[in-house]
Amino acid sequence: MSDKLINVKIDGKDYQFPSGIKILDACKRVGIEIPTLCYLEGVSEEGSCGMCVVEVKGSKTLQRTCITEIAEGMEITTNSPIVYDARKMNLELALAHHPLDCMTCDADGDCELQDLAYQFGIKKSEFLDEKEAFEYLKETPWDSNPFIQFDPQKCILCRRCVNACENQAIVEAIGIALRGYKSTVSTPFNLPLEETDCQFCAACVQACPVGALVEKPRVGKGKIFQLEETDTVCAYCGTGCEVTLYRDKKNDLVMTRGIEDSIVNKGSLCVKGRYGYEYVNSKDRLTKPLIKENGKFRETTWEEALEYTVKRLKEIKEKYGPDAIGVLGSSRCTNEDNYIVQKFARAVIGTNNVDNCARLCHASTIAGLGKALGAAAATNPIEDIKNADVMFVIGSNMTETHPVISQFVKENQKKRGAKLIVCDPRKTDLAKVSDIYIQHYPGTDVALLNGIMKIIIDKGLVNKEFVEAHTEGYEDFVKVISKYNLNTVSKITGVDRVLIEKTAEWYAKAPNATIFYTMGITQHSVGTDNVLSIANLALVTGHIGSEGNGINPLRGQANVQGACDMGALPDVYTGYQKVIDPVAREKLEKAWGVKLPEKPGLAVSEFGDAALSGELKAIFAMGENPLMTEPDINHVREGFEKLEFLAVQEIFLSETAELADVVFPAAAAYEKEGTFTNTERRVQLLRPAREKPVGTKFDWEIISHVATKLGYHMKYKNAAEIMDEIATLTPSYAGIHHYRLEKGGIQWPCPKDDHAGTKILHYDGTFKRPNGKALISPVEYIEAKELPDKEYPIILTTGRILFHYHSGNETRRVKVLDAFVPRNYVEINKEDAEKLNINHKDMVRVSTRRGSIELEARISEKPKKGVVFISFHFREASANVLTNAALDPIAKIPEYKVAACKIEKI
Amino acid sequence: MKGKSLTDALHDIQSGNKENYIPEKDTLTISEKSKVSLSKVYGFATFYSMFSVKPRGKHIIRVCKSLSCHMGKAEEVIEKLEEVLGVEIGETTEDGEFTLEESSCLGMCSVSPAMMIDKIPFGNLTVDQIPEIIKKVKSEGSQEKIYTEQILPAQGRVVLKSVGVINPESIDEYIASRGYLALKKAIENGPQWVINELKKSELRGRGGAGFPTGRKWEFTAKAPGPQKYLICNADEGEPGTFKDRVIMEGDPHSIIEGMIIAAFATGCNNGYIYIRGEYDLSIRRIEKAIGDARSHGFLGRNILGSGFPFDIEIHKGAGSYVVGEETTLMESIEGHRGEPRKKPPYPPTFGLLGKPTVINNVETLANVPPIITNGADWYRTIGVPESYGTKLFSLSGDVNWKGVIEAPFGTRLSYIVNELGGGVRNGKKLRGVIFGGVSGTLLTPDQFDIPVDFNSLVTIEAGPGSGSIIVMDETRSIVNIAKNIAYFFKYESCGKCTPCRIGTEQLMNIIDRILEGSGKESDLEVIERLGQDMRLTSFCPLGQTAPNIIVQSIQKFRSKWLEHMKDKKLEGGGSYER
Repeated sequence: MSDKLINVKIDGKDYQFPSGIKILDACKRVGIEIPTLCYLEGVSEEGSCGMCVVEVKGSKTLQRTCITEIAEGMEITTNSPIVYDARKMNLELALAHHPLDCMTCDADGDCELQDLAYQFGIKKSEFLDEKEAFEYLKETPWDSNPFIQFDPQKCILCRRCVNACENQAIVEAIGIALRGYKSTVSTPFNLPLEETDCQFCAACVQACPVGALVEKPRVGKGKIFQLEETDTVCAYCGTGCEVTLYRDKKNDLVMTRGIEDSIVNKGSLCVKGRYGYEYVNSKDRLTKPLIKENGKFRETTWEEALEYTVKRLKEIKEKYGPDAIGVLGSSRCTNEDNYIVQKFARAVIGTNNVDNCARLCHASTIAGLGKALGAAAATNPIEDIKNADVMFVIGSNMTETHPVISQFVKENQKKRGAKLIVCDPRKTDLAKVSDIYIQHYPGTDVALLNGIMKIIIDKGLVNKEFVEAHTEGYEDFVKVISKYNLNTVSKITGVDRVLIEKTAEWYAKAPNATIFYTMGITQHSVGTDNVLSIANLALVTGHIGSEGNGINPLRGQANVQGACDMGALPDVYTGYQKVIDPVAREKLEKAWGVKLPEKPGLAVSEFGDAALSGELKAIFAMGENPLMTEPDINHVREGFEKLEFLAVQEIFLSETAELADVVFPAAAAYEKEGTFTNTERRVQLLRPAREKPVGTKFDWEIISHVATKLGYHMKYKNAAEIMDEIATLTPSYAGIHHYRLEKGGIQWPCPKDDHAGTKILHYDGTFKRPNGKALISPVEYIEAKELPDKEYPIILTTGRILFHYHSGNETRRVKVLDAFVPRNYVEINKEDAEKLNINHKDMVRVSTRRGSIELEARISEKPKKGVVFISFHFREASANVLTNAALDPIAKIPEYKVAACKIEKI
Repeated sequence: MKGKSLTDALHDIQSGNKENYIPEKDTLTISEKSKVSLSKVYGFATFYSMFSVKPRGKHIIRVCKSLSCHMGKAEEVIEKLEEVLGVEIGETTEDGEFTLEESSCLGMCSVSPAMMIDKIPFGNLTVDQIPEIIKKVKSEGSQEKIYTEQILPAQGRVVLKSVGVINPESIDEYIASRGYLALKKAIENGPQWVINELKKSELRGRGGAGFPTGRKWEFTAKAPGPQKYLICNADEGEPGTFKDRVIMEGDPHSIIEGMIIAAFATGCNNGYIYIRGEYDLSIRRIEKAIGDARSHGFLGRNILGSGFPFDIEIHKGAGSYVVGEETTLMESIEGHRGEPRKKPPYPPTFGLLGKPTVINNVETLANVPPIITNGADWYRTIGVPESYGTKLFSLSGDVNWKGVIEAPFGTRLSYIVNELGGGVRNGKKLRGVIFGGVSGTLLTPDQFDIPVDFNSLVTIEAGPGSGSIIVMDETRSIVNIAKNIAYFFKYESCGKCTPCRIGTEQLMNIIDRILEGSGKESDLEVIERLGQDMRLTSFCPLGQTAPNIIVQSIQKFRSKWLEHMKDKKLEGGGSYER
């Protein structure tokens, strides 16, 4: 589009429009409504349905407004009888095979065909083939999955689904097969969807203008006009997709839609976002407080549970001091909840022993990026992905962990030709479509990155100007790097040196290059080193601080970023103000009206050992489930069993709650008001999509009660009031208030009420470090703590899969997700399997020095030879029985990604 | 484009497969190699009628169902084949020997009824021959049997001057008959001179639209960028049309030479000739011609020492009428389903792979060497103003002499049919002529004296179209003809847009109803309204022109339609006989 305006006449009136826009858009701008059926802006612009046609003077045929650009002097008629008749006729044709079964159709009221039929007054198409529409039951061989239902009889072949799959999901699992009157939406060879590349994001369903494609769990759950809709934020990963949730009259959530004008997800969702809401409806929800007596729970009143808790906490604090109590915040809870939790620990209990599960995913990011750049958060927004020419993805299985972000990455590769480099010990789905794939051994990231940087230095690709102007520490860094010759790197990592060289050149030479990483980088005993190396790579090439250039740690849970921002960490208050900084402490002491502890507290990864040693006597946990998610859980369990008191706020009786002395029933995220801060630092507003079950309370509310009963008056009207308090104490959140978030999130730092937020951190190379310069650190490669040996010859690496989430408490209670992947499995490479005489789907025992689990073997092309993968979602075969609790010395993050194991067929 | 096209890859798989089909596992390999998603490969393979994703017999029998063959009693041939083979259309014999299929048009309209077994055409079929043919193919395989085309010996031939005169497989004979002189002259005088000469000749495209060729070339020549493509559209699929085949089979070098000159004038270094898959002999002759031209230095990196590089690749179609539309053809070469693109942008600036592209019809390109050799002034002595040169006509149906005729523009239709074509067969009276293909115009005897040139035809709302002339005598059932045309379009619609996909199907349904004896007079009004809608709102010319003949037949022969509704005995319009 250019600035030039062009003159167009529409229905006799003269208008001016910018050139390059479509007639449809021009008409919309001047308030002329044009009916469409096959059109989905930016996703599906086929021009197939013939509904949007208009007359254009001089043209023998009518023109499709959705695909025809305006031109100078164009004279358009949108309302003539010829236009009306043509639209009506095309609608009659679209209805020729469509069963008029609106009465039993799930899309009734949510159907563009129905709306148009109403508008044009078509009761029954003059072409209706009744036999075709009603009598023949058409089979769909490919929709045997639990997620997506396809009724070809209702399909009007508008192709919106096919285009959504191709252009939005970037998958192409479905397409148009056959031709002419026989054409149909189909998978290749009518394969069941689960045998195609389908990710079950159901973008096709959302795109369908009729009821041909429907989410299976939604069938029979009510018509759209019987459902109440609420816009909120998805409660799964840190992408922060904006969703509309629909609840029925029974207060059950029954459907989700991605919000199409969301700047974050642009209407896209993943399978968990689409289907994963169901757990909130579960009968397993806790609705009464529980107290354990003689090893058994009994239901009780809120009053008794609170009194009991307060009594026990008081006793323990008096007897052992405040540091004998640990408090857990949660990345699954809101900012407001987490703010209250850390305030509770510090101001009420008087300890800095507060942490959250971010410890287990991005503690290394906080430590590493904090040290190198002065701010521990993703530098660039999701919508900036399109500006990158090279995307360097390391240790991130994003198609499964951050599916919507991976769609944008793939889109940038496919539509703009950006290069995609993937480094991952597993050949993930993203690796399969990458332009360079580096399959290095788990735990060798520093060696790999140093190797890449060696090439960059040797080939003179260092951005000297940037290094000079915006960084410090380069000389020491070069000394270390110079030791890494490529042959050694190649040997350590198991990667062909040519690939390392090519990667170095592509990344360094790209006009704009951006980095994504996830747990493959952070969950190591050298996690902080890994992150520092990544920072080094961006800094020496100057690929940071502008559009298309940055470092983007992808956050695993909906509010990992926020829980940390809120200071649910043992060493910082909100906004990463240091506990050891007297100025910060005094500010908080003044605000909270109490003296605060000076010494940083314990990390959650140390809680188990501390409990075992007797240092920690009580834990108060808001919704965490360490007995599934901590490494070496048998060991952690031992510790937790030794505690004198354990209180848990939960929505289900989780593995950790089962061990508790008191359990408080809490509200779920989809029932809450509050905020999440997503992976791109965007603070987003949550609105309750259903009433919380009777008997439950909000997390901040429960803690407020405990605090007040402990003698610290804590009373808030609502979450908005809490956020106002956060704003007064947190420079980066100073301008953030709920009322400002109504129309979309704001990215911190947002220092003032009239500040629009910050899209890109470290813009123009200004870093939030004392001298404004970033730090380049020398980083040496250190081996993982446990390497394969004779007895345990295979490397075990753990992580997530697309269809489940974390300790499984939610997704295992979503019928379709659990039905689709009902049990855990170990992914093993074909060669290894053959050597061990293991066949696909054999049951095997996987053991490490810490324990063993039994599960199914799946032969897969994903793991490298000598490496196996197990997800940690299944309590029946919990991967964390096996993992190594070796900690990163700085970040105290455990080494989930590398352990030595053995496998036996059983 | 590098590497093998998707069409070629699938052709290779299918021809290398014992059961004549494309198995799933092979598409997986293709998908991985070509980085085209499996669903795209599947969508492609199931679009084209010559591909099958289900096992078929050792031999594929394709019976032509075009209007010309239909008038030549193709239905009887099909019935006989079904009887002899014991299968219906679309099925495979139990012994796995034969699969019986139908084809929209084999381009053998002058020897109707016709069929192909594997790559071998059989024309002028009689029902009695069928058992013998089947027996022979079963025992000896499908053997070479090339029938000869009738070319009317006439004076003043331009495009057909060497067809039937020289050996089409001999480049020496082509050169001896002043072949490749035009190329030499073009290279001597430079690209701009060629374009000027073409513009001066006022040559108009023979694909149907009649766009001035010189101007088209100029657009592409001026379009920016180093990569441009030249395409010769040899996807002759309009029922009743076979003139391009006659040139390809009879004088392939004239097309090659035309292409080289076009590429030279416009700065294209890569050329494609898209030949429909059914034209096996054309493909082989063009292939040979390209090879010979290459070895004589007419194609290659340095043509005739001029430094101009150009080469031609054959793209073999796989059975789709709509691919004859230029943007669809480019989609097909790119490995997509044969579905049209939105125009504008037009090919001269945004064509194959988004690059500037010249796309010309076979006949257009065959006109180029004589124009260059003899000069524009000479060319303008043939034909009439604004329609210079000659036109090829494919004559078939109820006419005494069937075949390809070349006549100067401006020749009267009555002269072509009655004098050159020897008049209506069996001394019967003329009912009408389907002119320019089944997407063209239905002309009645009162319009018979029209001079055939662009301007004169416009006065009767017609155009030359593909230049086909299907003659109908007075006994032909117009409703039956309409049904065949409706069937053709329903079968060939790509299915992209609603008006065409469902419109063609509904036209067929209504006509079927009428032929079954349950038609109503209001059906005619529905056809007309539907036809109007398809004409106005179909995405591409296929859908826009599909209702032409059917609607015109109602306008011109309304009483014949009404007879069918009143007299149930006319069921089937006397079926397929008359």
